[in-house]
Amino acid sequence: MPENGSIPVRDTGPQSEIRRAIREFAEAEVLPHASRWDEEERFPAEAVSQLGELGFLGPIFPERYGGAGLRYAEYAVLVEELARADASLAITVAAHVSLAANHIYEQGTESQREKFLTRLANGSALGAWSLTEPGAGSDAGGTRTSAVRDGDSYVLNGSKTFTTNGSVADIAICMASTSPELRTHGISAFIVERGTPGFRPGRKERKLGHCASDTSEMVFEDCRVPAQNLLGEEDSGFAAAMKILDGGRISIAALSLGIAEAAFECAVAYARTRRQFDRPIADFQGVRFPLADSKMEIEASRLLIQKACAMKDAGLRTTTESALAKLHASETAVRVTNRALQVLGGYGYTRSYPVERYLRDARLMTIGEGTSEVQRLIIARSLLGRVSG
Amino acid sequence: MSVQAFEDPVAPRTPVPRDGRPAPLSVLGAEERLHFAAVSEFGAREVAPRSRAMEAAGRIPDDLLGALAENGFFGLSAPEEHGGLGLGLFGVVLTVEALARADASVALLVDVHNTLITVAVDRFGADEQRTRFLPGLANGRIGAFSLSEAHAGSDAFALSTAARAVPGGFRLDGSKAWVSGGREAGLFLVFARAPEGITAFLVERENPGLEVGPPESKVGLKASSTTPLFLTDCFVPAPDVLGPVGGGRRLAMALLNEGRIGIAAQLVGIGQAALDLAAGYAAERRTFGRPIRTRQAVAFALADAAARVETARLATWNAARLADQGSDLRHAAAIAKLTAQRMAERVTSLGIEIHGGTGYTTDCLAEKLWRDAKAGTIYEGTENMQLLTIASGFRPWRDR
Repeated sequence: MPENGSIPVRDTGPQSEIRRAIREFAEAEVLPHASRWDEEERFPAEAVSQLGELGFLGPIFPERYGGAGLRYAEYAVLVEELARADASLAITVAAHVSLAANHIYEQGTESQREKFLTRLANGSALGAWSLTEPGAGSDAGGTRTSAVRDGDSYVLNGSKTFTTNGSVADIAICMASTSPELRTHGISAFIVERGTPGFRPGRKERKLGHCASDTSEMVFEDCRVPAQNLLGEEDSGFAAAMKILDGGRISIAALSLGIAEAAFECAVAYARTRRQFDRPIADFQGVRFPLADSKMEIEASRLLIQKACAMKDAGLRTTTESALAKLHASETAVRVTNRALQVLGGYGYTRSYPVERYLRDARLMTIGEGTSEVQRLIIARSLLGRVSG
Repeated sequence: MSVQAFEDPVAPRTPVPRDGRPAPLSVLGAEERLHFAAVSEFGAREVAPRSRAMEAAGRIPDDLLGALAENGFFGLSAPEEHGGLGLGLFGVVLTVEALARADASVALLVDVHNTLITVAVDRFGADEQRTRFLPGLANGRIGAFSLSEAHAGSDAFALSTAARAVPGGFRLDGSKAWVSGGREAGLFLVFARAPEGITAFLVERENPGLEVGPPESKVGLKASSTTPLFLTDCFVPAPDVLGPVGGGRRLAMALLNEGRIGIAAQLVGIGQAALDLAAGYAAERRTFGRPIRTRQAVAFALADAAARVETARLATWNAARLADQGSDLRHAAAIAKLTAQRMAERVTSLGIEIHGGTGYTTDCLAEKLWRDAKAGTIYEGTENMQLLTIASGFRPWRDR
């Protein structure tokens, strides 16, 4: 058991259970390999399968779809704990659960749920979810990938970029433009299975961090998708995607929290043992006080995440709360990991310690699933309305 | 201040010949050093001891105004042939910084008079106007700048005050707001909307159509008066229009660049005063058996403050030097002001923290410095207006 303090007293029974289970798994199967996977930029397919076998790939879905029927609050704990060991694995799971599988769960028909969600939730298939394109980052209105209705199918052309699990997924959710003149109001979501003719993974990105996660292009060339794979109504994909991102952002916040905690604990342990000027550096206020700030910011992140989860579990819309949690937790992760590296000094800069990986991994958190600026835009809009003109 | 914790960056040092390369920004010429030392000495002797009393009274006493005039503070930027010292903006900036270390309200009065009014008349006035107004200004007839109105703050040119053309001149009607030095001023530079556009008018105190309202009650800069002006059928003769009719906007924009640099200098002076005060206290104050300056949380915070003060000073000095060589200084001025206002707010706040409970009391100057600094985030352009100015300079945006 980890020492007292690293398990928040506010965990409910199910949360403690999932925390304990994930930590046990992570310490045995992930932690020992995380640095190597990062170094080799290797997607840990075997660890992902193990997670599936343990039922961790469908946590929030009802048991009738092969899920574990947990609440979002427990799922956030799962992501946080995975991220403490390996952020790459955590983001693989987060993209699979809260984006791909959840989009089918929330927007899909009963037959789509049975056909696709069940495989995703029981871990026999991995999911990817793709909105971003080279010309459509923060502004999804620039979506170019097109889907044209042709008889019983849609023909997709274009390419999506920065897709987590893009080249390893069995089932991908792809946003494409069905009515280009309507910009964001003309986007639809499609379920595309691996092996569909005309669909292939493109270039795999090489990244600063999250090196053991797969971030790839997905290319569609006259890719014919059955019309029954249209997810939700035609032209309503953007609004649905925004709703899905409300949940996704909570998982990114939880991921950020996990990274921050891992770095923080490493820095605290190091500060206690590292001696300079005849005493532990933890005695110096220049070290102590920044760690106190980190603790404060981490706890604040946790509370924002818990609030967003509680609202989501109560069936409420969490657009603002998700953005608040994501913005705070991601910015905190960058600051906390950066401070941790400073505490470790030259050692922190080396790969002998995991802190440099935490810092590299944290840096994505203020970008993925909406940059910090986009989160501020969302929060400001909820306060002040849309900008006129 | 008994303890000089940091080397004073404007203390005399020997310039090293640089084979024609430009000297570092922080190296002052011989005359600049003497001037700074003289102003500092004046500030320490005549101004600083009265700072709290002036704040309590809410005014700068007449005898101090007289002493300032006698010592040439109102003629810093007026040309020598009109009775001034003919200093460039850099000389004014040094003066304002040194005075602000003693008292921010006094520094503000001197700053506005020189950087906004005297410069306006000298640069945009006809020879006849320069001859008529500059000697008085240089001699202590105080100038005040009046652009803002109740509904024209950041949107500075949304003026309601109207100027009607009448035989022999203009008649002005409307209310102006936030005039620094309104109570003391003898000459007002008033901006009003003529049919041809915003126009600048020199309005004399004695004008029967001008009424100076009661000073605002403020959180800081309490010895400085901030007044409204009420213009009622106020006749301004044609020869007192400054610059072209309808050319007031361009004139105000040009002046405010230098005004911002002056305010930046005032904020640097306030920040330096707060830093000196806190550093001195940290050396003397003992807790847990040692001076608090030996604690890293204190020493590093002071080091951080010193870095911020020096950064703001360099940005300010650079902007002033650019002004004196006639370069475009819109962005340099905004950067200096932005850097200085952020610095001053942060450093003066730290100054209170270092003093602990004492810093929160009026027995200590720290709280006054903080209150005085706060105006810097607002006047001569809020933080957002500085950012707007800086952002407007990005080439890809400009070329679009």
